[in-house]
Amino acid sequence: MDALYELITGSDLGFWWKQLLLAVLIGAVGVIVFSVALVYAALMTYLERRVSGRVQSRVGPNRVGPLGLLQWLADGAKMILKEDVIPAAADRPLFRLAPYPVVIGVFAAFASVPFGEWLIAADLNVGLLYLLAITSLVVVGILMAGWASNNKWSLFGGIRSAAQIVSYEVPTALAILVVVLMAGSLSTQDIIREQGGWPWDWYVFRQPFAFAAFFLYFTAALAEGNRTPFDLPEAESELVAGYNTEYSGMRFGGFYLGEFGNVYLMCAIATLVFFGGWQIPGVSPAEHHGSWLWQIVGFGLFFVKAWAASFVVVWLRWTLPRLRVDQLMSLCYRYLVPLSFVCLLGTAVLMMLVPAGSLFDSLLRFGTFGFGLLVAAIFFWRVLWHIRHVGDRIDLKILARGVRGRFDPAIQHRAYGAFRKQQKQPEESR
Amino acid sequence: MTTDKPERELVVEAGPEGGLVVGPIDRLLNLARKHSLWYMLFGTACCAIELMQTGGPRTDADRFGMVFRSTPRQADVMLLAGTITYKMASRVRLLYEQMAEYRYVIAMGSCASTGGLFQGSYAVVKGGDLIVPVDVYLPGCPPRPEALVEGLMLVQQKMEREPWLKKAHGKLPQPVDPWPEGAELHR
Repeated sequence: MDALYELITGSDLGFWWKQLLLAVLIGAVGVIVFSVALVYAALMTYLERRVSGRVQSRVGPNRVGPLGLLQWLADGAKMILKEDVIPAAADRPLFRLAPYPVVIGVFAAFASVPFGEWLIAADLNVGLLYLLAITSLVVVGILMAGWASNNKWSLFGGIRSAAQIVSYEVPTALAILVVVLMAGSLSTQDIIREQGGWPWDWYVFRQPFAFAAFFLYFTAALAEGNRTPFDLPEAESELVAGYNTEYSGMRFGGFYLGEFGNVYLMCAIATLVFFGGWQIPGVSPAEHHGSWLWQIVGFGLFFVKAWAASFVVVWLRWTLPRLRVDQLMSLCYRYLVPLSFVCLLGTAVLMMLVPAGSLFDSLLRFGTFGFGLLVAAIFFWRVLWHIRHVGDRIDLKILARGVRGRFDPAIQHRAYGAFRKQQKQPEESR
Repeated sequence: MTTDKPERELVVEAGPEGGLVVGPIDRLLNLARKHSLWYMLFGTACCAIELMQTGGPRTDADRFGMVFRSTPRQADVMLLAGTITYKMASRVRLLYEQMAEYRYVIAMGSCASTGGLFQGSYAVVKGGDLIVPVDVYLPGCPPRPEALVEGLMLVQQKMEREPWLKKAHGKLPQPVDPWPEGAELHR
């Protein structure tokens, strides 16, 4: 991209020819970014449905393509084929316009996401500011959709969403500001270059305030993307489908893709800001810069990190119940905003007091890393504890034993009794 | 309907350099359509419990790409799940009219098909096909989730036969609209 830009501006063509070629170049990059974002958003819907399936002990989509991987193609083709209903009472121009800000806001942000060291459409020197600013465009589209539909559910959804996104922008931006303070740059690539490949070089584990800032960012970003437990704008039990109640066909598809694109985007930002982006453990930036192999590995690492974070987002959806509106707002203004200010101040004070590379600095870094490991260990220990103790209840094993008499309660009851007996026996007699 | 004519089928030609899929575009579109059959979250009586089960682990409808949408605008198939009273009839019709084209209707269970157990009742519509055009009738009181999945697959088969690009679905034998604008619902 940069090389092509240099080539065009440095050539001895006339002014208008240069402008034309630049326009073509920008258009081509735009199309590429749009398609990449589209595929990522669509794959996000697939991940969501598969993980939801596993969480509910179902299978999830598995008919279209290998493992159902092409499900999003079928959905997309279907949404294009569906009728585009515009209600008679709706505000026609606004109604038709509303999906565009949502799609543009999310997909334009992909231009500044560094998928690899070379794989970035535009390495802006205000990259993070751009990411935060352009995703705010979503709220305009959502509010527009809610208002133009002339439907009370849509209006409620749109207004809730607007309140939520505007409020949670503040803690998101403040949490990211912690890292900007440490890196001294807003450019996404510079922030990644400042980190290292090993986990203790990542910004999450640099110092305790950054560790807290990551959790603040993740919570606030969940709310900003209208994800559960903050999915009030689309609460199916209260508002039919929120702001997109009246939308059908590809206009609805725009909202859908925008929402899922936003999930990936938020995980990508978390990866690049807190988790070291495409940095490979043990490979210096100089080695990384020139080698195709390391570029590909770095892309893979970014990919894995961002999708792992997306998995956590889907996982949270099936773990936590929805908040009430007042709880949502008080969480933001009474807890998240003050805490992010504390993190920001604490980081500034630490940067003043502790010089980089000093003994205390490394102590802080490894201490935070150890604390992070401890939290993870306690978490997995709890999970294992629950798995061990759930043996007392009917689980999948029992159902599998009752396959022969699947619809016979008596056989299932007997199988359950045998299972209980086996559970009560001491360890050595099993 | 040109159902099983071989020229309408997709042909996969495998060669040494790779494969090639040959077929009419509407066949491909129908493949996409039928694998993304979203049903409306709407139930009027006990059949709705079976409808909920259909999305559950035993008969996982999401395997076939069927998920529920709670708004009629985004749904492709409407399941008349349960007894429809005369008071409900106009609401059912309204929901049907709110759905975006293309749309299919399954009359689930004997109540939605014929009035079922409540044939003698003064309050119950004697079959959903008096209100909306029905594509598939499912027997059972209520039908098991497996039966419902079979009904959904019948809808898929019906979709497969429609020449979508030729826009001939208007000329195809369609279910007659039993309740056009202004008509009284007979009792």
